Amino acid sequence: MAVIEVRNFKKNFGTKTIHEDVSFYVRKGECLGLVGGSGTGKSVLLRSLIGLEKSDGGSIQINDQEIVGFSEIQWLQIRKKVGYAFQGGALFDSMTVFENLAYPLLEHTELNKQQIKDKITQQLNDFGLNDTESLFPGELSGGMQKRVGLARAMMLEPEIILYDEPTAGLDPYNTKKIQDLILRLKAKGVTSILVTHDMPTAFAVCDKFAFLKDKRIIEQGTLAQLKDSPQSMINQFIEGIII
Amino acid sequence: MITTPSSTFKDWAEEQLYFLGGIVYLIRDCLREGFHRPFYWGLLADQIYLVGVRSMPLVLITAGSTGMVMALQYGLGLEKFGGKPYVPRLVASTILREMGPVFTSLMLAARVGAGIASEIGSMMVTQQIDAIRALGTSPIKRIVIPRILACLIVLPILAAFANLVGNIGGMLIGAYELNIDFQFYYQRVIETSNIMDYLAGFGKTFFFALFIAVPSCFYGLQVKNGTQEVGIATRKAVVASSLLILVGDFFLSKVFWIIEKWL
Ligand SMILES: Nc1ncnc2c1ncn2[C@@H]1O[C@H](COP(=O)(O)OP(=O)(O)OP(=O)(O)O)[C@@H](O)[C@H]1O
Ligand SMILES: [Mg+2]
Repeated sequence: MAVIEVRNFKKNFGTKTIHEDVSFYVRKGECLGLVGGSGTGKSVLLRSLIGLEKSDGGSIQINDQEIVGFSEIQWLQIRKKVGYAFQGGALFDSMTVFENLAYPLLEHTELNKQQIKDKITQQLNDFGLNDTESLFPGELSGGMQKRVGLARAMMLEPEIILYDEPTAGLDPYNTKKIQDLILRLKAKGVTSILVTHDMPTAFAVCDKFAFLKDKRIIEQGTLAQLKDSPQSMINQFIEGIII
Repeated sequence: MITTPSSTFKDWAEEQLYFLGGIVYLIRDCLREGFHRPFYWGLLADQIYLVGVRSMPLVLITAGSTGMVMALQYGLGLEKFGGKPYVPRLVASTILREMGPVFTSLMLAARVGAGIASEIGSMMVTQQIDAIRALGTSPIKRIVIPRILACLIVLPILAAFANLVGNIGGMLIGAYELNIDFQFYYQRVIETSNIMDYLAGFGKTFFFALFIAVPSCFYGLQVKNGTQEVGIATRKAVVASSLLILVGDFFLSKVFWIIEKWL
């Protein structure tokens, strides 16, 4: 059963069309790799899935519920179930790392102070961020900010996670850590979409791929299916790693 | 594109319509979301502190100087006609009805309005507003409503302090420059001012609070990308708030006079 299903999705900014006809689906527990050149609208597509951008046509279903045309108040319910890891981290710069991670827990759970503290300590440990809880985002490196952003997106243990380039700018050690984390969540049944230019990570964690080009998905399928594809761009992406 | 006077006017008119429409939508969103839980009392308290307590010195200095200047000008101007005894009444009613609320609001537009617009604008650029939404919470409730409410609560109080300090300033100049006895000055203010003088100014402050907070939030939220836009938003917010206060003041004064006649 498809957890995320996008059909004939359209998006434009003013007169500029970003997506003309985008369709794909992701089944429960799957990870879809969304690949495409810079500026093809990968971030815009992810943002549309949680209503940060308004769509201009087509249908988006999450757990068989049509969400195009939702009001802001209806979106709030969807967003609690979907974690979104921003490309740049998007941390609250007036709050410490601890407060950033506590934010979703304070807003949406009934946990007490001690439980919140334990959960955050555990999370920081998983993300290799020990001893950063009292720092402000401005005091962290770009890669650390990104990991805090990821950690925050996963605080509520959402059933769907959208990753926007989670490994860009990370060193190999932390890239591997993030890969393991995504795999661990996948094993727990989390459904996800991974936008990335980092093909080794994509091949390590994704079950299938969708290639975004010329305002539509030009090809999608598993790695095995795509290897035989006549489309040269896809082969370039794949060969980029294999060679 | 060639800019002609008519195309410039068209752009200007379009921008104003967009502004008005945006304000209406923003107020609608606030009313729609504001009455549902959760309520962020802590965030409101933070804003009251930032808007109120931190603006107090600026407001008091402005009010004190205004009162002193007015007493001096009225005093010296009226001296020739033997009108010095009217100084306390003139200073008091001008401060209560106009200068207290208007100058306090203008100072707040510059200090608080600019702060709101640039803070929200920066949060837009760094995707913090998106993050608030993505985490299943509402920027209207967390960011916009506390700022509007804080202005509504704080401005009438700040204006009351400004009224007091403005009159004290007038009294000091009355005593040291115009040789009007403290006791006499005080008596005249008490005898000649009435509650309507105060209420007319007090009533305006609620409108002025909205004129400051709503456009500032609106322009902050309009920022899409780039720090350059933050600067533009800040400037637009301060200009819009100041103009609304000054132009609005005329119409509000008129309305309050009509109401007073009626009572
Ligand atoms: N708010 C907006 N207003 C106008 N145009 C926008 C807006 N947001 C994005 N765009 C445009 O949409 C296109 C797609 O942007 P997007 O950020 O989705 O690209 P991307 O595929 O994520 O690129 P990258 O790999 O570099 O992150 C770009 O051409 C961008 O200029
Ligand atoms: Mg992107």
